[in-house]
Amino acid sequence: MGGLEAGPVDLTEAAYAPWQKRVKALALLLIRGDKAQMNVDELRRGIEDLAPEDYERLGYYERWTRSIADILTEKGLFTAEELTVKMAEVEKRWQEQGPK
Amino acid sequence: MSHEDSHKDHAKEHQHSHGHPHPQQPDSEDEPYSHEQVMATALEELLSDKGLIAAGDMSSALDYWASKTPADGARLVARCWTDPAFAQRVGENVNAAAAELDMDIGTTPVVAITNTPDLHNVLVCTLCSCYPIGLLGESPGWYKSRAYRSRVVSEPRVVLAEFGTQISDETEVRVHDSTADLRYIVIPMRPEGTEELSEGELAEIVTRDCMIGTALAKGLEE
Repeated sequence: MGGLEAGPVDLTEAAYAPWQKRVKALALLLIRGDKAQMNVDELRRGIEDLAPEDYERLGYYERWTRSIADILTEKGLFTAEELTVKMAEVEKRWQEQGPK
Repeated sequence: MSHEDSHKDHAKEHQHSHGHPHPQQPDSEDEPYSHEQVMATALEELLSDKGLIAAGDMSSALDYWASKTPADGARLVARCWTDPAFAQRVGENVNAAAAELDMDIGTTPVVAITNTPDLHNVLVCTLCSCYPIGLLGESPGWYKSRAYRSRVVSEPRVVLAEFGTQISDETEVRVHDSTADLRYIVIPMRPEGTEELSEGELAEIVTRDCMIGTALAKGLEE
């Protein structure tokens, strides 16, 4: 990315949303916690492995989320099916009760 | 490469992009949520079910992030300005010097680069967003943005001017690209007219952006 052309820098100081902070906290636990499961280079590889259209479309912490899911699936901590089932549970709950 | 930056990305995080609508939940959340937000919560719960994160881990990690602010970096800089021997130790080993001030900035090496009248330093991470979190807290959105990461290495003076920071043509501008294994902090120049200020007062004029290099330290009266 360094050296590529781009527009002006947007200096808006945006506060991070609660869910973004939780992704960051989760990454800290997974990378530096007592039960660390991955390292920061793997996090970055997961981001760089995203399909270019996904990379463009997704926000910063959305990319982190996808990377963590892909890397941990790759390591066999859970299966893609388990994640799909859990996501359906979360989504159903949110539709009924709203996001926590 | 898109010209969008991460703030626009953040706005996009609230759009529907995966083909089906979500109900609005105005009582708890003004924005709809994305597929990846659902995934993030599902990850937390799945890892918890499997015993890979324990109860309380998430709140400790959230507390850790919340406890890191640029005030620690500012305290370190103010000590450098008032104590040349400390400044020298910072030049040798920032992590050890920070520990003298009871700051735990982790084990990833941080290198201090000191501004002089002839040399202005500025930080970036072109690969991702590596940043001295232990000293400066969470990085600002623009530090993660494509615009900053792309351009600060090729036209740093133009980018600095967008921050309102004019660097004399006589002064060399050096851009430092951080990595996951090596972070930097800029030690700004102490402004003139601050000779009478206490260390605590000096710390108050050291802003986050001074320590990234996108701003200069200014005296209290400015």
